[in-house]
Parts: sequence; C-alpha cells; structure tokens
Amino acid sequence: MTGHSTYQPTNGFMKWLERRLPIGGLVHSSFVAYPTPRNLNYWWTFGGILSFMLGVQIVTGIVLAMHYTPHVDLAFKSVEGIMRDVNYGWLLRYVHANGAAMFFLAVYVHIFRGMYYGSYKEPREVLWILGVIIYLLMMATGFMGYVLPWGQMSFWAATVITNLFSAIPGVGDLIVTWLWGGYSVGNPTLNRFFSLHYLLPFVIAGVVVLHVWALHVAGQNNPTGVEPKSDQDTVPFTPYATVKDGFMMACFCIVFAWFVFYVPNYLGHADNYIPANPAVTPAHIVPEWYYLPFYAILRAIPDKLLGVCALIGSIAILAFLPWLDTSKVKSARYRPLYRQFFWLFVITCIGLGWLGSKPAEGLYVIAARLLTVYYFGYFIVVLPLLGIFEKTKPLPNSISESVLGAKA
Amino acid sequence: MTNDRTMYRNLLTLVAAGSMLVLSSSAFSADEGGAHGAVQPPRQSWSFAGPFGKYDEAQLQRGFKVYKEVCSACHSLDYLSFRNLSEAGGPGFSAAQAAQVAKEYKIKDGPNDSGEMFEREGRLADHFPSPFPNEQAARAANGGAAPPDLSVIAKARTYERGFPWFVFDIFTQYQEQGPDYIAALLHGYEDAPKGFQLPPGAHYNKYFPGHALGMPPPLSKDQVTFDDGTPATVEQMAKDVAAFLMWTAEPHMTARKRIGFQVMIFLIVLSGLLYFTKKKVWASVH
Repeated sequence: MTGHSTYQPTNGFMKWLERRLPIGGLVHSSFVAYPTPRNLNYWWTFGGILSFMLGVQIVTGIVLAMHYTPHVDLAFKSVEGIMRDVNYGWLLRYVHANGAAMFFLAVYVHIFRGMYYGSYKEPREVLWILGVIIYLLMMATGFMGYVLPWGQMSFWAATVITNLFSAIPGVGDLIVTWLWGGYSVGNPTLNRFFSLHYLLPFVIAGVVVLHVWALHVAGQNNPTGVEPKSDQDTVPFTPYATVKDGFMMACFCIVFAWFVFYVPNYLGHADNYIPANPAVTPAHIVPEWYYLPFYAILRAIPDKLLGVCALIGSIAILAFLPWLDTSKVKSARYRPLYRQFFWLFVITCIGLGWLGSKPAEGLYVIAARLLTVYYFGYFIVVLPLLGIFEKTKPLPNSISESVLGAKA
Repeated sequence: MTNDRTMYRNLLTLVAAGSMLVLSSSAFSADEGGAHGAVQPPRQSWSFAGPFGKYDEAQLQRGFKVYKEVCSACHSLDYLSFRNLSEAGGPGFSAAQAAQVAKEYKIKDGPNDSGEMFEREGRLADHFPSPFPNEQAARAANGGAAPPDLSVIAKARTYERGFPWFVFDIFTQYQEQGPDYIAALLHGYEDAPKGFQLPPGAHYNKYFPGHALGMPPPLSKDQVTFDDGTPATVEQMAKDVAAFLMWTAEPHMTARKRIGFQVMIFLIVLSGLLYFTKKKVWASVH
C-alpha cells in the first residue's frame, strides 16, 4: 500500500481496468510484492488465520441467521430446528459455535506473540491499538452470540453481564433498564442482541482493514525486533508468506475440525441445552472459556463497582502498553528478564482462566486476588521499571545477519 | 534458530508449570464433590463413542420401547417427529413401521371448517405429543415439579469431570457424560443414609446432585418385553433408554463422525502437501 505499485498488468482487461480503478495494483502491492521480513516464524501466521476465521464466522453466521428466530419463545426451538431439520444445519451451527472459540484461541496466540516480540512499540502503536479495538469488538460479538440460543447459560450470562452496568453510581439502574429494553432480560434484549451480533462482525471487518493498512504502512515486526534495512532482509509476500500461512492455516483447521466433528459440545456448557428459565438460576453461572480470566478478575474484587472497574481496566490497559513498556529493545529474545516476567504473565492469565471457572469462594478467591495483582503489576510496575533496569543482550546489525549468523 | 528453540523450551516449561499449578490446586477442590454430594456415574461402553461410533439400531429400538411404555407417561419428547424414527442414522425403523407408531397416537388438530378442534391419528410429520396439555398440568400432576422434556436431555445433563480428566477428554473424545449419567440415575435409587433429611415426596438417588429426586424409581425388572428377546433388567433398560435419548439429542451424530473422518483425511493430506510446497519455496532463502 506504500509507494508506487510495481504491478504490470499483462491481460488486456486488467490493463483497461487498472487505468480506471487500480485495484489490481492494490492487491499486488499488498499481498504479492509486499516485503515481509525473511525471519518470521510460525507465530506470525496467526494474522492470516484470524482473517480466515472472521470469514468463516460471517459466512456460517449469515446462513444460520436465515434459519434462526430471535424471539424468547422460539429461539431455542429454532436452534433445535437448525440442528435437526436444516440440511447440514448441525454442521453450520457447530462450525459457528466452535469457530468462535477457535477465533479467540487464535487471537490470544496473536496477542501474546505481539507482546513477546514487542510488536506494539514504535512505529506500531496505532496498529496495536486497532488490534485492541478488534479484540473488544470480538468480545462483545461473542457474548451476544452466546445469548442467542436462549438456553439457561445464555439467559443468565446476559443477566449477569448487563447487571454489571448497575454498578455505575446514580444512573446504573436506568442504564440497565435501557439496555434491556424493559425491566428484566426479555424479548427486547434478545432482539437487540441479535441485531448487534449481526452488525458487529462487519464493524470488525472494517477495523481489520484499518489494522492491515496500518500494518502495511509500518511493516511487520520480526523475531529480532530490528527493522529491515535492505532487500536482503525481506522476501516478497507471495509466494513466501502465502505458502507458509497456508500450511499453518491447514494445520489450524485440523484442530478446528477435531472440535467440530468429534467433540462439538466440549467447549460449551450442558446447561445451555436447557431452555432459558428466569425462575431457575443455574448452580454455577460461567461464561465461555475465553472470558474466564476477566470473570476471575471481576469476582476477585469484593466491591461491585471496583470489580467492574478492574474488569474494564484489565482490557483497557492493553491500549497503553506501547507507553508502559519503556524498553527500547523490542524482542524478548534480547531481554532475558522481560522473558521471565512475560511467561509468568502467560501463566497468570491461564491461572485466572481456570479460577474463573471455579466458584468464587475460599482459596479460589485468594488465588484470584494474587493473580490479579500480578496481572496489573505486570503492566504498571514491571514493564516501566524493566526498561530502566534491565541489561539487554546486544542486537544483531540486521535481520540477514541474524539469520546467516545462526546458520554459521 | 537457537532463540526459537529457547522459545519452544519456554513453552514446554510453561505447560509443565501450568499443570503443576492446577495439580497442586486440586487440594482446593478436595471438598467440592462433597459439597454437591453427587457420585460420579460409572463409565459405560457405548457403540456411539469414539471417532467411528455409530448408534446400535437394536439398542435404539429397545430404548424407544422403554420411552414409549414407561417415560412417555410423564415426559414429553417435543423436538422429535415420528418421521425421525425411520431416518438414516437412527433406530432403523421402516417408514411403514414409523407410520404405524404414529397411528397409535392421538393428535389434537384444528380448528376445522366449522371452527372445532378435533383429534385424529398421528402421521409421520407429527411431533410426539406431550403427555400433559400444559406445563401447569404437568406440575400439578407431579407434586409441583414438571418432568423435563427429554429431546435434548442427554446433552443437557453432565457431571463434573475435574482436572486433569477434562483435559484428556479432548483427546480421548469422551463425550458420553450425558448418557452415562442418565443410565446411572435410572438405577441409582437407594435408601437414604441415616441422618439425611429427605423432603416429602422425594426419592433418594445417589447420582442426582443433592440426592432428593422428585421422580420415583421409574424402572422395575421385566417392565417391558423386548422384541429381540433381550432380558429386561433394570440396568439393560436404563442403558438402552439412555442410548435412545442420546440419539434424540444428536440425531445426525453418525453422519457427523463419518464426514469428520473424511474431512480429517483431506486436511492431513492438504497440510502435508502444503508443508512440502513451503519447504521447496523457502529452500533458496534459508
């Protein structure tokens, strides 16, 4: 997307089109000639996987919406209709439900990769913030999608999450009533969730375009964190990155298909096969696995308002990461101390996830509090101080030197 | 490259550390089973388990008989139609047999041209009729608790597997918690232990969370006569009806696993081809 296109159309129609709408040149410079660092490892293939997953979710979602009825008396029934009477409806629904989980799995790998290699640092701050916005939109979309089948967990998840807004002092209850479209979670709530669940993926797609645009302006980071300096340091996107992304995407699809075809309900909750019943509260209300760390943080704080603030803060703080990390060195490869704290952070997130699935009582709460302290401490204390005190290893002069040096 | 290896080593350490964390924390949850007091149901061997699992037609037919002659007195099966009985991957009844089953049911239909509701014989397209006209009637006839619909009950019931089993279940494909629980529940009735306060009208069941189950023991020996001569023990009937309910909850499971295997073969071959293509393309760069 930068500079003049080197695209030379050979075909007569493409020549004609190029003078009127240079879309061939745009695609060529973005996905064919685009220079990509030659030392990217497989952790860099998840961006492509995420675009693919967004596509899968939109396509299956559009077809599911043709068969789904957003009404409290019919939603559960229409989902069962999809499972039983729509041709390959079971496949569409299981691909969509497990696809959401795979989408989050891939986004977590993508985010942690960015953190490990310092991909959020100058000049990629806007690229990173756009990513945080996409992640927020994904969370909203995933949550509202989970409500649509109108099972017990759908209903109670909607109740718990919308009730968080009641913690806002003064106007909390008013806002909750406004969100519900009534005095409890009901048909208006389900209708607006369906509407927004259909809308938000297209908003995500729009922000993804900005994300990719920002990426193509700043260029990709790479495992050394040293910016490409010459043509020696890069290879053209096609065929190098395309084939590598393609291979990893196929491997990812094996995992995806395993869940869809063999354990399609593993990541779901049995209670969501019980139709929503406002009169019966499930024994444990738990969100989908990908929200569990944040749910643990919410419940770790004894005060409701502060808990909600911690929940919002735990995500919002990601947007400030480029400025909280004061180190000039990008990649964890050359930051021995940072690397330790990083993996501790990953373990903390997994630990919080597990605690989020457990009842908020006894030792679980104490453990969740300790991990919450580290979660925030990592951003507010560890990262700013590390940049000052850490002795980093010497950086290679260029990407090609690091590649050839390792080989020699 | 050495750095990449460091990263993989770190990843391994992470997985190990994570496992240790969760293992050590199983001490946290030592009393969790006690809190609910539910006993883990025994694992049964099911014909439909695993990547090549298929429903056993004879078992589904026996299970259907148990449903029809016992369960259907109180439990509805709303999402099932008579035509489903003759569809592929199910109990394997012929269309004529399924129509015969439908005929035995009276279906309320209407209004007709004169505005009257009327009863007629069931057809293949009809859904199984509910034993009660409405939820309130079901409640009133059953001491205040309406018997749940059984269409998806095998997916709506489970039991806590706990760590580390829930991790292994992804790989072993253990997905039969529902039918295991149902089969166990149906013959899990026993006398309440001393000191257990059983509410009036409830029955003690060792597999039911909380143990006080409204449903009286539904099965007794030789309650149904199986057409294939299988002895109708309580265990046999419980297992067969649990298998039948797994089918009603997941009627396309056989097709799902069959297609899944084809998809797996395709994806593995595709990944292999892409791997070698990638190697060839990158050969000159490395």
